[in-house]
Amino acid sequence: MSTLAAAIDAPTIEYAELSPMLLVFGAAMIGVLVEAFTPRYLRKSIQMPLTVLSMLGAFALTVWQGIQGVRHAAAMGAVAVDGPSLFIWGAILLLAIVSVLLINDDDHFVAQAAAVPGSAEEDRAISEGGAHTEIYPLVLFAVGGMMLFPAANDLLIMFVALEVMSLPLYLLCGLARRRRLLSQEAAMKYFLLGAFSSAFFLYGTALLYGYAGSVDLSAIEKSLSTVGGQDSLLFMGAAMLGVGLLFKIGAAPFQAWKPDVYQGSPTPITALMASGTLIAAFGALLRVFWVALGNLDAEWTPVLWAVAILTMVVGAILAITQTDIKRMLAYSSIAHTGFLLTAVVATGKEAQNANALSGILFYLVAYGFATVGAFAVVTMVRDPGGEAGHLSRWAGLGKRSPILAGIFALFLLAFAGIPLTSGFFGKYAVFAAAVSGGAVQLVIVGVVTSAMAAFFYVRVIVLMFFSDPAPEGPTIAVPSIGTAAVVTLAAAATVVLGVFPQPVLDLAHTAAQSLFVR
Amino acid sequence: MTTHYLVLSALLFAIGGVGVLVRRNAIVVFMCVELMLNACNLAFVTFARQHGNLEGQIIAFFVMIVAAAEVVVGLAIIVTIFRTRRSASVDDANLLKY
Repeated sequence: MSTLAAAIDAPTIEYAELSPMLLVFGAAMIGVLVEAFTPRYLRKSIQMPLTVLSMLGAFALTVWQGIQGVRHAAAMGAVAVDGPSLFIWGAILLLAIVSVLLINDDDHFVAQAAAVPGSAEEDRAISEGGAHTEIYPLVLFAVGGMMLFPAANDLLIMFVALEVMSLPLYLLCGLARRRRLLSQEAAMKYFLLGAFSSAFFLYGTALLYGYAGSVDLSAIEKSLSTVGGQDSLLFMGAAMLGVGLLFKIGAAPFQAWKPDVYQGSPTPITALMASGTLIAAFGALLRVFWVALGNLDAEWTPVLWAVAILTMVVGAILAITQTDIKRMLAYSSIAHTGFLLTAVVATGKEAQNANALSGILFYLVAYGFATVGAFAVVTMVRDPGGEAGHLSRWAGLGKRSPILAGIFALFLLAFAGIPLTSGFFGKYAVFAAAVSGGAVQLVIVGVVTSAMAAFFYVRVIVLMFFSDPAPEGPTIAVPSIGTAAVVTLAAAATVVLGVFPQPVLDLAHTAAQSLFVR
Repeated sequence: MTTHYLVLSALLFAIGGVGVLVRRNAIVVFMCVELMLNACNLAFVTFARQHGNLEGQIIAFFVMIVAAAEVVVGLAIIVTIFRTRRSASVDDANLLKY
């Protein structure tokens, strides 16, 4: 027994390097305890500051790590704390803080999730002012998962992070206060499809483990040159892993969940998913394909070419036919996923990879802020039964509320990539990287679909400013301080990144310079 | 002869995958997903035996925990839907489309 005990070395864990994540997960645990041990009336006033402060603290710790210039695979090589990870952590935390300000408004979430919609039980819960403060720890767990997912340096950690990120989001999707049937349906669709795709991810992991004898990304990379005659395992594994990851970013042909889930979920949660999950999933996708399968790029590049083209075309064309504002934004998110994929396939020498990576990072931040802002505006345009989803209800909004419509137009122009908005530099950086990586045809498709996408963004702007308001149009809710702050911050970020993008571009460039640690 | 186990695992995974696509009841669909996860576990354990290292067996434990957490969340969502609609059929949930 004693010899066995001596043979096992305790693992070394670099707590300081992992501190941003540990802080977020720790706060989530405390949040669960708060739910268990404090009286109902105190909970919200504890949960909200706990959530925001822990994420601010995690952001400060991330910045501190960045200043120290840590680049190394922590926790026995399981979690990579490198430039891209730190940049992604910072971006996710900022966007999550902004989304939490939106979540903080009570009236987006159900009073009692277990009560059947339309029942006396639900009426009682609403009149008693019930609220689910569990939302805050759930958001913290989801954000922690989002941070771990792109930093995971082995496939097991990546799978666990994927689930830690997704499970709370499945629940949060089903908690809308109004139109609860839609919300519950969105939760079920997201859950069943998400679980299905993570099973593919896991089987892919199993096959790659069978191929390489390890789930460590760098070990898989090394095995590519040493293991022979097992190609079917390798290709099947890589393909199934790809299915799982492409599902999470919402690339065609795995995009079907996105419009349904974005439309049905409570809008603040949609904002969190559309920004945070996309960033996290892109980080993980890049790490798997560039680190573990980096030397296999001749095989996977053609597939991702096809996926990128399909995603851009599907996103842009189907967005034109949409009549619901949240569904339209979901299809626009699919199109943006396609634009980002053009840079993922543009691999080459190290300088080229760093260039593509920094473009992707900048694009993700620019898109993230614009999308949170757009969904924040969506929460403010209300019908008696909830948010005014149908596009016809937005007609003439510019005449009734010029400031709100103007800000929404700014976000739409940023999505379209018009100069002087953040979207322009994002698109420019990504497409430029794709051209220098030799993906000229992809960029041509990208520019054409961007033009198609611009059509439906501009159509909404025209609808808002140049048509007559409906006689009984939607009301514009007076924003709470939180919502107003979100819209202002997002609009400011969109303009600043569009006029003066250099600091963030430099930061993305520095973060991408060292590429992914191995 | 670990090949048999791998074939079995692939079969289980395929049965689960086809079940998700063709079955109507959300609970059955969900059970098929669980079957797929268990097929993954079998593959992990078999490969661990083949490679002679323990990593795959340890991964199987992690997968079991994750699957258990998934059951909690999944059943909560499906039961809520059932209480609302008196039906757990995935065909009935058709409000979100186009």
